[in-house]
Amino acid sequence: AMGTDLSSQDRKDLDKFIKFFALKTVQVIVQARLGEKICTRSSSSPTGSDWFNLAIKDIPEVTHEAKKALAGQLPAVGRSMCVEISLKTSEGDSMELEIWCLEMNEKCDKEIKVSYTVYNRLSLLLKSLLAITRVTPAYRLSRKQGHEYVILYRIYFGEVQLSGLGEGFQTVRVGTVGTPVGTITLSCAYRINLAFMSTRQFERTPPIMGIIIDHFVDRPYPSSSPMHPCNYRAGEDNGAVYPSVEDSQEVCTTSFSTSPPSQCVFTVTKAHFQTPPPVVTDTLKVPVMGLAFSHQLSSSRLSYQPAALGVGSADMGYPVLFAGGLNAAHPHQLIGPGKEGGVPPVPSQPAHGTQADQERMCTPQDGVHYTAATPSSSEDTETVSNSSEGKCASPYDLLETIFIRKVGAFVNKPINQVTMANLDIPFAMFAPKNVELEDNDPMVNPPESPETESPLQGSLHSEGSSGSSTGNTHDDFVMIDFKPAFSKDDILPMDLGTFYREFQNPPQLSSLSIDIGAQSMAEDLDSLPEKLAVHEKNVKEFDAFVETLQ
Amino acid sequence: PLSTRCCAPSSAAPAMNCRAEVLEVSVEGRQVEEAMLAVLHTILLHRSTGKFHYKKEGTYSIGTVGTQDVDCDFIDFAYVRVSSEELDRALRKAVGEFKDALRGSGSDGMGQISLEFYQKKKSRWPFSDECIPWELWTIKVNVVNLANEQERQICREKVGEKLCEKIINIVEVMNRHEYLPKMPTQSEVDNVFDTSLKDVQPYLYKISYQITDSLGTSVTTTMRRLIKDTLAL
Repeated sequence: AMGTDLSSQDRKDLDKFIKFFALKTVQVIVQARLGEKICTRSSSSPTGSDWFNLAIKDIPEVTHEAKKALAGQLPAVGRSMCVEISLKTSEGDSMELEIWCLEMNEKCDKEIKVSYTVYNRLSLLLKSLLAITRVTPAYRLSRKQGHEYVILYRIYFGEVQLSGLGEGFQTVRVGTVGTPVGTITLSCAYRINLAFMSTRQFERTPPIMGIIIDHFVDRPYPSSSPMHPCNYRAGEDNGAVYPSVEDSQEVCTTSFSTSPPSQCVFTVTKAHFQTPPPVVTDTLKVPVMGLAFSHQLSSSRLSYQPAALGVGSADMGYPVLFAGGLNAAHPHQLIGPGKEGGVPPVPSQPAHGTQADQERMCTPQDGVHYTAATPSSSEDTETVSNSSEGKCASPYDLLETIFIRKVGAFVNKPINQVTMANLDIPFAMFAPKNVELEDNDPMVNPPESPETESPLQGSLHSEGSSGSSTGNTHDDFVMIDFKPAFSKDDILPMDLGTFYREFQNPPQLSSLSIDIGAQSMAEDLDSLPEKLAVHEKNVKEFDAFVETLQ
Repeated sequence: PLSTRCCAPSSAAPAMNCRAEVLEVSVEGRQVEEAMLAVLHTILLHRSTGKFHYKKEGTYSIGTVGTQDVDCDFIDFAYVRVSSEELDRALRKAVGEFKDALRGSGSDGMGQISLEFYQKKKSRWPFSDECIPWELWTIKVNVVNLANEQERQICREKVGEKLCEKIINIVEVMNRHEYLPKMPTQSEVDNVFDTSLKDVQPYLYKISYQITDSLGTSVTTTMRRLIKDTLAL
C-alpha cells in the first residue's frame, strides 16, 4: 500500500521535492545545451531559495515550459518527464540527439527519511546530472552551435519515445533515489550515430544546398510540446512577466537536525516577492555598460527556424528571437534583449557586477551581450559582491528582474501559420522548396528581395533598421538608434554602424541561386577529367608539399 | 608504525568498510594535470556540501554550492567543478606535485594519485586520533610519448572520450548510495568535514601519490595533507 506509512507532512514534502527536482533537472539539462559555460557562485549562507543546496539558476521560460508539460502532475509510474534535445541545421533538417528521462518505478523504500535522506540524495543526483550532461556527445555539439545549426529542446510528459534516436542508441544512467512512494530514476538515451554530424563536419563544410540529411525521424507530434532553442541569451537572470507566473515563489528553507532523524525539522515557506513593476517598453535607453550591437548578428540565427514555426503553434518550435520589437508580448517568445528594441533601463545596481555577470553568462561568441534589468525597487536583492571567488556573480540578486516580451522582427505572424494537420508529408516544412510555406514567411521572401531562395539569405535582407537599409521593416520592430558599442565617430569618416548598415544587404551570391547552381554542377562534372589530368601532371609537386607538412 | 601525525599514510591496504575504486588513464605528459583535475573535481563535486550553520536545538542549515564549467586546453573535454577557489587551488597544488614527480628521474611515466575520504575518531590522550578512511579513489596514470602532431590530435580526442567514461564510472559509484558518515553534531563536524574553506564543505580528504620507477618497484612519496588537520603530539 502506497503512502500508508507516510505522514501527511512527509507526503507533502516529498511531492514538493519531486516537483522541484523535476524543474531543476530540466534547468540543468537545458542550460547544459545553451552552448555556453555555466557558472554559479557558492554561498555559505543559505539564501533559502536554492533548492537542494545547489546554485542552479532558473530560466523563466524553461520553468514555464516544464510546468506546462507537467500540468500539475508529478512523475509517476508510466508517466515520465522527458527532455528531448535535438539539432536543427540551417536547412531545416532536424535530428534527435538525446532524450533525458525522469521516471518513477514502483520499488518503494519505506524506511527512508524523506526530509533528510531523500532530499540529500536528490541533491547528489543533481550533481551527477551536472557532470553527466557534459559527457554525452551532444554537449560538444551544443558548444559549437550557432552558425551551422542550433540545439533545441522539448519537454513532454507521458511515455518515453526513443524511436527518434536511430539505431544503436546508448543509455547512460545518471542515478536513482528511492522514496517511500517509488524510486526516481534519471537517465539519458543518446544517439551515437553522429558520424556525419560531427562537429568537424560543421566546422569545415558549408551547408550543402538541397541535400536532406538522412536522419529524419518520423517523429510523432504529441499533442502539445513545442520545441525550443537551447540558446536563451536573456534567460539566466531575468524574471519574465508571464501571465501565469505566481507572485510568490516557494522557497525551501532547509533545516536539518543532528538529533535522532525523527526530529528532522524541515520547513518550506512561501516568500512573497513584490510583483515587479511594469517596465516602460518604449524607452530605449542604451545600457550604461556598452553592449555590442547584437541583434544583427543574432538575427542570422533566426534563419534556422523554418517558416511554419509560427508563433502560437502548439506543435512545433518557436523562432529564436533576439531582436526586440515593441509590445505585442506573446507568451511563448523568447525575450530578446538586444540593445535596440526596448531593453528595460539598467538598474542602479553595481553595474560592474551585473555586467561581469552577463559577460560570464553569455560567452560572447559573436559579440553578444545582454543586460539584465532590475526593477527600481531594490528589496530582496543581494549586493553582487566581488568576493575572492571573483569568478562569477550571483544571480540571486536579480530575482525580480523583468523582461517584457516583444515580438521579434522575424517572427512569423499567426496568420501565416501553417497547421500540421493540413500537410500530408511529415516534416513538410523541412523539405526544401516548400514554396507555399516559404512564400508566407517574410524571413525567406522579404518583400524587397523576391529572388531570395534560402532562409539564410532572407534574413540578411530583411533587417528592420532605421538606417539606410531598405530592408523589410517589420511593423513591430523599430530600431531607434543603431549604436554599435566601441565604435567611434571621430576616427574614420564612416563609423562601424554606418558601415554595417551600408553593407548589410549584399547582393545574393550567384552560386547560391539554384538554377545557376544546377547548371554549373553539370559543367563541373564535365570539366572534371580535365582537372584531374592537370593534377596528375603536378603530382610530384603535391607530394613534396605534403612531405613538408609531416 | 603509528606516526605522530593524526593519520598514518593510507598507502597500506584500506581499512575495513572502506570502499575502494580504481580508475586508469593513459595520457600525454601535458594532459596529466587536466585529466587529474577533471577526475578529482568530479569526485569532490559529489563529496562536498554547503557550509553548515548550526543553530539552536541541534538543527543546522546548509549553504549553497555553486558550480562552474571548466574547459580543458589539451584534451577535448569539459567538466563541472564546485565553485570554490580554495578547493581548486588545493587540488591544483596536489596535481602539480604529482605531475612534477611523474616527470622526475626514475619515473617511467607511471604513477597513481589517491584521493581518500576519512573520518576522525577521537582517542583519549596519549593516543592520537585515528583516521578511518571510508572511501578511497585511486587513479592510475600512464604517461605516453607521442611522435607527431597527428598523434597528438588523436590523443586529444581519445583521452576526452576516456575521461567521459571515467565520469560515468564515478557517477555510477556515487549513485550506489553506500556508506556515508552520519551527519555530525556541531562538536563533531570537524571529524567528518573539512570546515576550513569559506564557501563549501567537502568531506575530510587527503591526497597522496606514488610513482612507479622503471624497475617496477614502488617509490612511495606520501604527500602532506593539504588541509590543516592534525594534533601533533
